[in-house]
Amino acid sequence: MELALNAPQPFLKRLSMFDWLFTLVLAVGAGYALNLYGAYMDGYDKGMLIATVPALAWLGWFWKPVRPFVLVAFGLALLAIYFYQGDLARMEQAFFLKYLISSQAAIMWMCALIMFATIAYWIGLLARSPFAGKTGTALTWSAATLSLTGLLVRWYESYLIGPDVGHIPVSNLYEVFVLFVLITALMYLYYESRYQQKSMGAFVMLIISAAVGFILWYTFDRQAHQIQPLVPALQSWWMKIHVPANFVGYGAFSIAAMLGIAWLLASKGILASRLPKPEVLDDVMYKTIAIGFAFFTIATILGAMWAAEAWGGYWSWDPKETWALIVWLNYAAWLHLRLVKGLRGKVLAWWAIVGILVTTFAFLGVNMFLSGLHSYGEL
Amino acid sequence: MRADEPFGKALYELFSSMRFAITLLTLLAIASIIGTVLKQAEPYNNYIIQFGPYWFEMFRLLGLYDVYHAGWFLIILTFLVASTSLCIYRNAPGMVKEMRNFREHVTEQSLAAFSHKHAVQHGQDTQALADKAVAYLQGQGFRSKLIPRENGVLVAAKRGAASRLGYLLAHSAIVLICIGGLMDGNLVFKAQQLLGMKKIETRDIPQSQVPEISRLTPENLSFRGSVQIPEGGSADVVFLNVADGYLVQDLPFVVQLKEFRIEHYSTGQPKLFESDLVLLDRQGNKIREATIAVNKPLIHDGVAIYQASFGDGGSKLNLRGWNLFSPAAEAFEVQGAVHESTRLSSGEAEYQLEFTDFRLFNIENLGGETPRQNAMSVKSDNKALHNVGPSYQVKVRNPRGEANEYHNYMLPVTLDGRMYVLSGVRETPNDPFRYLRLPADAKGGIEGFMRLRAVLMNPAQHGEITRRFAEGALPPGERGGELQSRLEASAGNILRLFAQGGYSALGQFVEANIAEGERQQATETFLRILELSTYEALKLANAQAGEPPPATDDATGFFIRDSLNAFSDLFFYGAPVYLQLQSFEQIQASGLQMTRSPGKNLVYFGSLLLVLGIFAMLYVRERRAWIVVKPGNALFAYATPRKTVDFEQEFAKHSQAIEQLATKE
Ligand code: HEM
Repeated sequence: MELALNAPQPFLKRLSMFDWLFTLVLAVGAGYALNLYGAYMDGYDKGMLIATVPALAWLGWFWKPVRPFVLVAFGLALLAIYFYQGDLARMEQAFFLKYLISSQAAIMWMCALIMFATIAYWIGLLARSPFAGKTGTALTWSAATLSLTGLLVRWYESYLIGPDVGHIPVSNLYEVFVLFVLITALMYLYYESRYQQKSMGAFVMLIISAAVGFILWYTFDRQAHQIQPLVPALQSWWMKIHVPANFVGYGAFSIAAMLGIAWLLASKGILASRLPKPEVLDDVMYKTIAIGFAFFTIATILGAMWAAEAWGGYWSWDPKETWALIVWLNYAAWLHLRLVKGLRGKVLAWWAIVGILVTTFAFLGVNMFLSGLHSYGEL
Repeated sequence: MRADEPFGKALYELFSSMRFAITLLTLLAIASIIGTVLKQAEPYNNYIIQFGPYWFEMFRLLGLYDVYHAGWFLIILTFLVASTSLCIYRNAPGMVKEMRNFREHVTEQSLAAFSHKHAVQHGQDTQALADKAVAYLQGQGFRSKLIPRENGVLVAAKRGAASRLGYLLAHSAIVLICIGGLMDGNLVFKAQQLLGMKKIETRDIPQSQVPEISRLTPENLSFRGSVQIPEGGSADVVFLNVADGYLVQDLPFVVQLKEFRIEHYSTGQPKLFESDLVLLDRQGNKIREATIAVNKPLIHDGVAIYQASFGDGGSKLNLRGWNLFSPAAEAFEVQGAVHESTRLSSGEAEYQLEFTDFRLFNIENLGGETPRQNAMSVKSDNKALHNVGPSYQVKVRNPRGEANEYHNYMLPVTLDGRMYVLSGVRETPNDPFRYLRLPADAKGGIEGFMRLRAVLMNPAQHGEITRRFAEGALPPGERGGELQSRLEASAGNILRLFAQGGYSALGQFVEANIAEGERQQATETFLRILELSTYEALKLANAQAGEPPPATDDATGFFIRDSLNAFSDLFFYGAPVYLQLQSFEQIQASGLQMTRSPGKNLVYFGSLLLVLGIFAMLYVRERRAWIVVKPGNALFAYATPRKTVDFEQEFAKHSQAIEQLATKE
């Protein structure tokens, strides 16, 4: 009981040996990469690589499971690179690559694991089985790990196709969907551990599964998984940060919408005894929209800065930009309703659901139905 | 409005109210949606076709063709700036006060009414317990103040005041961003237009003849326009598209294009668009040289120059014209240049050739369906994409002023295993091209086809063709008789019909003269006769040109069939000539966009404040705590402007801690 009175220790003092070891590994890895590839990088690239070390370290200190996650995903990616030996054709020959950790193999495993995780969470929810819930968590972590591995390996593979083709895998709809699965799964896992509520997983995994369904369709029907070189408009440093920032927003809004559905069902008495208390759902919904809104703001600003460089104006009222603004206004309104007007519950839950529909339109619909300057992601 | 409330005050209330701001934001969102659904800044003709004259005029009056620059849209933005400013002005003083003070004037009664409070008993000295509480709260990140009260002490503490600062930052940021945006919008021009000082130019006239009233001076604060410069050329203006016309913006310097380059990946996708520029001052002195590319603009003198597009800068074309009305296989020379036009006389009629485009590379998908590929392989080996070489486009305008557009490739293309020279035709720019396939001869040229066509078209040669055909068709014993002349007559008839109107003329003949039940068979016979006669025609044509006779193989068979198809299709070609590209001198043009946007810095600064503000608002949690310590008992109260689950947990934790402090010696 003594503890309640003690002021918390300063943050750095709370770090364990493993935290420091993790940081050391990151720093050594980055140093090695700089040494190996520094000659091919420009100032921005180097800056980004160096900045990744404290960013990941902080993330690992702040939320401990990130440490093994990052180590395993990067480790697997390094293993894949080792197996490739600089020859793309070995994808078909090396067992490990062909069946486990070539980018496509890893991504297909990710898809399967997400599907299994969804089933496990639903069993956990319906049968009130803690074991199934734990299985769901483990499967989601594995899926997230493989999706990060898949993206990293894909990055490497793109350079094997041709040095001028190589680029970070956030440049087309296929790649960003994998990114979406990764980010949404990680964010969900964070809130799951923060609130110790596995039953939310059943709902959140549904929207991730939908993304997985899209990835599978896109791969098998459209062959969209192939790595294409970057058209000049996308050859920009801004892309590397604009796109991921956007997906933190999309992922967060997706989670919020699924929790909105859960809230509405629970309020009608459906699954109510199995789901977290409405206040908890409401609170997580607020947290996700808050983080999503913050990152979406950053992403939109980065987009404007990129547009200023690529199109000659930071704001052209291009349909994609305009819909980003509408999404942003929508969630700004959500936050105002909750924080300024003190609204809770039903209206906000519905609003979050409509919000994800608007967001989906901004993300996919604009590319499909409206023409504009944004040059990636035609279906 | 009440009578004792002055109008100004009511207006202030309205403008600074959240409801008004939200209404404006909603309007802004709706307007934005309209702007994305209705394609903006199209030529007005397209809108007329789409909506009809009545709605076209209606929508034009509402400014829907350029929503984001419509007067009412700008007014909404301006109101938003005013409203948000007033909102800040109204809330800021209170917030600053809130940030500063500890709310030390709370009374015990008001604390007792709090929803989050916890009373404890203690047996300690009031001052000592208060000190311990202060130490505890400080450890938890609170700043606190001790205020002696009658028979006790009040501890007032708070943390997270920066959250209010966040509000001020984020909302001021919105004002700044809107002002920056309005600065870079076309407010000044709108005002000048309203006052009649400026006018949009709608005529298609040389830039130098555009009158002063449609020109903007180099001093203009902000603009965004574009211009296309051919290699070796220069520009000292850009064009701003406004409504259904344009304005000419004079630049403070001259931009010269030395060279424009395109590079491609091995897959055919473009890899690089790049322009070598020279900047000169208005007197012609060189200022600097630079190379710009997409995503790599040049900024000079506050004007940013971007690689925006590319086009043809007047490539010189050397063509061979084939007169499609004449039964001679001779070509004539035609010179042309893209963006220019030439006259061409054919018989009595004068045609105008308007060259519209030239392309050095054409990456086409010739494999039809791309083969299904391995889902595990990230490498695309699409072998269907090919560079099929140069092509150009020309409009052929007839004496009545109607024009078809043609897209002609220079080199033969392999389709279905055979080589063709392609020529696309379309009636209007919105149609896709329909491609005519002229079969290439053994040398890869169209001479062979043209010779055959000339022979087929020439009635004087038909007699010889049909004679040879009939002789070939009959066994030696039956030649020269009645049968032969009947065969010759019908072959002659078929050739004449075909020469006059291709397959459709034959079809009409069959329909008019042959009984329903026998048409199928007759058609087959006719086609067979036509093909065999054409084979004779081909031999004749080759012999007359001194070429070796055609081989008797499949290739010749296909060539004859393709030739007949092409011959027949030429009746629908719509032009009296086919213009074959012989050689060219490519001159490219680079499309540059130039902008001056002084509001940009304000917008970026505002964006920075916005991000800082949002994080502060959302992640700095404002908390207030009070502890009234009196002899024997103490009351802890906890408050926040926003109740969350964290808040409840903290309350429980702090309550427990205070309890411990109170009970422990
Ligand atoms: C695009 C426009 C706007 C955005 C993105 C925006 C964003 C926000 C956000 C995220 C909050 C957070 C809630 C909080 O922490 O309390 C907030 C609060 C608030 N907003 Fe806005 N806002 C906008 C426009 C306005 C306007 C126009 C007004 C006033 C007329 C306004 C008035 C307020 C007020 C009074 C608060 C509560 C501040 C507090 O109590 O901390 N907002 N705004």
